[in-house]
Amino acid sequence: MSQIHRIGGGLIDRATEITFTFNGKAMRGHPGDTLASALLANGQRLVGRSFKYHRPRGIFTAGSEEPNALVELRKGAAQEPNTRATVAELFDGLEARSQNHRGSLEFDLMAVTDLLSPFLSAGFYYKTFMWPRAFWEKLYEPAIRASAGLGRLTMEEDPDTYDKGYLHCDLLVIGAGPSGLMAARTAARAGARVIVADEDFVMGGRLNAETLEVNGRPGADWAAGVVAELAAMENVRLMPRSTVYGAYDHGTYGVLERCTDHLATSGGKPRQVLWRVYSRHAVLAAGATERPIAFGNNDRPGVMLAGAVRAYANRWGVAPGRRVAVFTNNDDGWRTAADLAAKGIEVPAVIDTRDAPAVCDVPGARHVRGASVMDTRGRKGLRQITLTDGQMIDVDCLAVSGGWNPNVHLTCHQRGRPAWRDDLAAFVPGRDLPPGMVVAGAANGAMTLALALREGFAAAEALGYADKSDLPRAEDEPRECAPVWHVPQSRARAWLDLQNDVTVKDVKQAHQEGFRAVEHLKRYTTLGMATDQGKTANIPALAIMADCTGRTIPETGTTIFRPPYTPVPIGALAGRARGRDFRPYRLTPSHRWAEAHGASFVEVGNWLRAQWFAREGEQGWRDSVDREVLMTRGSVGICDVTTLGKIDIQGRDAGEFLNRVYCNGFATLAVGKVRYGLMLREDGIAYDDGTTARLGENHYVMTTTTANAVTVFRRLEFARQCLWPDLDVHLISTTDGWAQFAVAGPNARKLLRKVVDTEHDLSNEAFPFMACAEVTVCGGMPARLFRISFSGELAYEVAVPARYGNAMMGVLMEAGAEFDAVPYGTEALGVMRIEKGHAAGNELNGQTTAHNLGMGRMVSQKKDCIGNVLSQRPEMLHEDAVKLVGFRPVDRATGLIAGSHFIRQGDAATMENDQGWMSSVAYSPSLGHSIGLGFLKRGDARMGEILRAVSPVHGREMEVEVVSAHFINPDGERLRG
Amino acid sequence: MIINHPLLGPRDAAEFVYLGDAALIDRPDWQAEDAAEAFHAYGYLRDNPAGVHRELWYHEQGDRSWLVVTRDTVSHEITAVELARDVARARGRGR
Repeated sequence: MSQIHRIGGGLIDRATEITFTFNGKAMRGHPGDTLASALLANGQRLVGRSFKYHRPRGIFTAGSEEPNALVELRKGAAQEPNTRATVAELFDGLEARSQNHRGSLEFDLMAVTDLLSPFLSAGFYYKTFMWPRAFWEKLYEPAIRASAGLGRLTMEEDPDTYDKGYLHCDLLVIGAGPSGLMAARTAARAGARVIVADEDFVMGGRLNAETLEVNGRPGADWAAGVVAELAAMENVRLMPRSTVYGAYDHGTYGVLERCTDHLATSGGKPRQVLWRVYSRHAVLAAGATERPIAFGNNDRPGVMLAGAVRAYANRWGVAPGRRVAVFTNNDDGWRTAADLAAKGIEVPAVIDTRDAPAVCDVPGARHVRGASVMDTRGRKGLRQITLTDGQMIDVDCLAVSGGWNPNVHLTCHQRGRPAWRDDLAAFVPGRDLPPGMVVAGAANGAMTLALALREGFAAAEALGYADKSDLPRAEDEPRECAPVWHVPQSRARAWLDLQNDVTVKDVKQAHQEGFRAVEHLKRYTTLGMATDQGKTANIPALAIMADCTGRTIPETGTTIFRPPYTPVPIGALAGRARGRDFRPYRLTPSHRWAEAHGASFVEVGNWLRAQWFAREGEQGWRDSVDREVLMTRGSVGICDVTTLGKIDIQGRDAGEFLNRVYCNGFATLAVGKVRYGLMLREDGIAYDDGTTARLGENHYVMTTTTANAVTVFRRLEFARQCLWPDLDVHLISTTDGWAQFAVAGPNARKLLRKVVDTEHDLSNEAFPFMACAEVTVCGGMPARLFRISFSGELAYEVAVPARYGNAMMGVLMEAGAEFDAVPYGTEALGVMRIEKGHAAGNELNGQTTAHNLGMGRMVSQKKDCIGNVLSQRPEMLHEDAVKLVGFRPVDRATGLIAGSHFIRQGDAATMENDQGWMSSVAYSPSLGHSIGLGFLKRGDARMGEILRAVSPVHGREMEVEVVSAHFINPDGERLRG
Repeated sequence: MIINHPLLGPRDAAEFVYLGDAALIDRPDWQAEDAAEAFHAYGYLRDNPAGVHRELWYHEQGDRSWLVVTRDTVSHEITAVELARDVARARGRGR
């Protein structure tokens, strides 16, 4: 097909011809075309099917407000659905396909739904698919989703990359039309740092689509001149193809820049960048959007907005039709008629709803005064229009203008409400603008070119950017408008929201059924809920609702405008935070060593930790874990415990500070000693635990659990700065600074003796349980040694500067070779702590108190500490409270289930009979059966009792015996030995 | 939002962690007669004004200062930013 509708003029590069395909058909266009202008040039009027009724649809607008012409671009993984053809820049090789039809676009099998339209009016889902209830998920919803809906996802991973960026400026100019360019030029000449963002790929706004003149030259030339001047200035950043989609607090704006959408491939560069722009001031010069008039069958391909029709003729050199009638309620519609006639396009009639003289002379056109279009014919494209006076006119395009709506969207993103202006019959920005924002030009209701230029200049001046240049000369074109929203004589369906197939009848029905508030109207009819957010539909629909209720349009009000102004791809919002990079993860210092020795890894908080180290021949994880436990308890095991939080605490009052943040006393901790500490929340619930070592007179090192490392530090800073600001205490997180390893098992001392330099005495007398010291290892390397035990064995933790962590793991393993030392992971760590009865995250779960944990007596009543007062509430110390105890299955071959609830034998398994819950279970290789920790009412007084452990989730239950939580070495002689 | 840090100048709110009402600075006396009631009020009762609110923000991705930010919860306008340590001292907190 050739470009049969191409005419002269326009901002396209006619010397270069490029090819593209639409539904597989090869077509031609030029650089500077949009997909929409090229389709029209090739005579392709039918471009899609409507959402609900599968009606044939064509191109309706020439901008981002397009409701109809949604297409799929590209193919394979790069395919993108629901792209507006009116903003898709044409490139050589572009592949585009229409959407939402079964079979071909021309013969959509689903078009039958249009015949069912009497049954498919507003709310039909809610009324029709009520019964039977079970049919909804299985039958109705899948069927509806298959028949409605727009483009399809490929379900392949998006091959492109997206980026995020941050920009700062004095002035952000939103929209590069006449007022935006004036504001930008004025501020830039005054030396301001200016960013100009425009959604189009050619700056100039409507100047590119009009025949209006500035300073006696074509407006587009003037715009190009200003853009060139701005481009040469160092203090200006021009951002074409960039949509300012949201106005956020304190002068922050969201901007989506489409960097490579106009190229065949992104060539490895980010396809789109989501910018966060910090501005001192902003000038909103977003222009205006034309609105249609609703009349019978006004949705046929060929019915277009008048401003779009002349934009195609003027900017793209395309005649949207051969015989184009104009239907208008305002002066601006006449401009379309005049421009088309001047281009040699036949304009048989201008139908003006107003009974008034012609606005201008249109050669060859009949002026039909005080009449309207009430119906149209042409199944797949407009052929004929019928007027209210009975005339029928053969046309292939109808240019409709119902007036223009200022684009107030961004003025409302922070609760602002627009104000109604009767003379424009439109909403304009209200008084409550986002701080720092000034509105200029058509967005502000300044609807003529001369006004727009003046307002742009004035906006910059009002913000303190003065420039002495003269205002450019332009005329005030006629812009009178007499609102008409709907042609009441229409008998056929009259569309308001083309994208969601909402008609005048639907709005009237919503009114009849009581959905009269605008927010209800919107949700009941789905008006304005499509991807175009009702940019062309909302105001006419409000007007009809206002008419039904007898209220004015401002009384009826608008729905709230929220970001984004136009759709923002999820990929752009995600940026680089996707897949493995969705959440950053941290590697332990010995990660490389662990990788080389067969470790499987598990996420713990944001760390990757070794979970177990499989050896050849082992059949599953349990084999590895059982071996690690038995070898550690039998000789010695080594585990990287770097992930535990480490907080360095120094100052003359450091001891006193610790005394107040831990519930147990720290005032008496001697230098060279370590103590277990329990932290409470202020409400008395147990929060975190760990050990704190006193390395010097005024120097302590606290450890926290891995999960709470960040929040404990945050809370300590709160206590230090906000509660006791005059204590002499200073904190720094050293979690990343030290690589720390647990060395546990009867041979731990022998192993460390080979690593720790000989001048440090490690004997039980010199370095007993809970001792700590700063030592040197491997011939002089500074290290810290703590004699603490999570496993219940003779155990130490040795810390070295983090960069030596990987090497240290190797050194420890080499030194341990003669003892068959084994590296162990988090699973073996967990098994050993359950065997020893130590509480961990499952027990410190935000519901339990020190009393529940069996540590009630640790909460000192002799001092102030966080959580002290509220932990003494009677309900929390109730004698019936749950206590942490151990459990073992009566049938030792059975595996316990974590999360089981305890029920007395003979009682029904109900909430009323609940006695507590199992918090942790493990298979104990040391005992040869499953063991568990759990919370049981008065558990410490119920040793030996047999209970039912019921897990409704698994549909299982078993008998368990209450035992001490200390399954292994309850007297602790091993860890003290 | 932008928080004008008293030491570091304007910083994006994304660098901060929000805690809540600055009344959390006024931790009651643990030895007072009515300590239980006072701690109950301290722990659980908060005003939730639509308007001016004094609240605690922590510059976790920055210098770790706790700040008291006076912010209008409706408009998000910030009218004062102080170091929480200074506020605490001014409210009589010390050692």
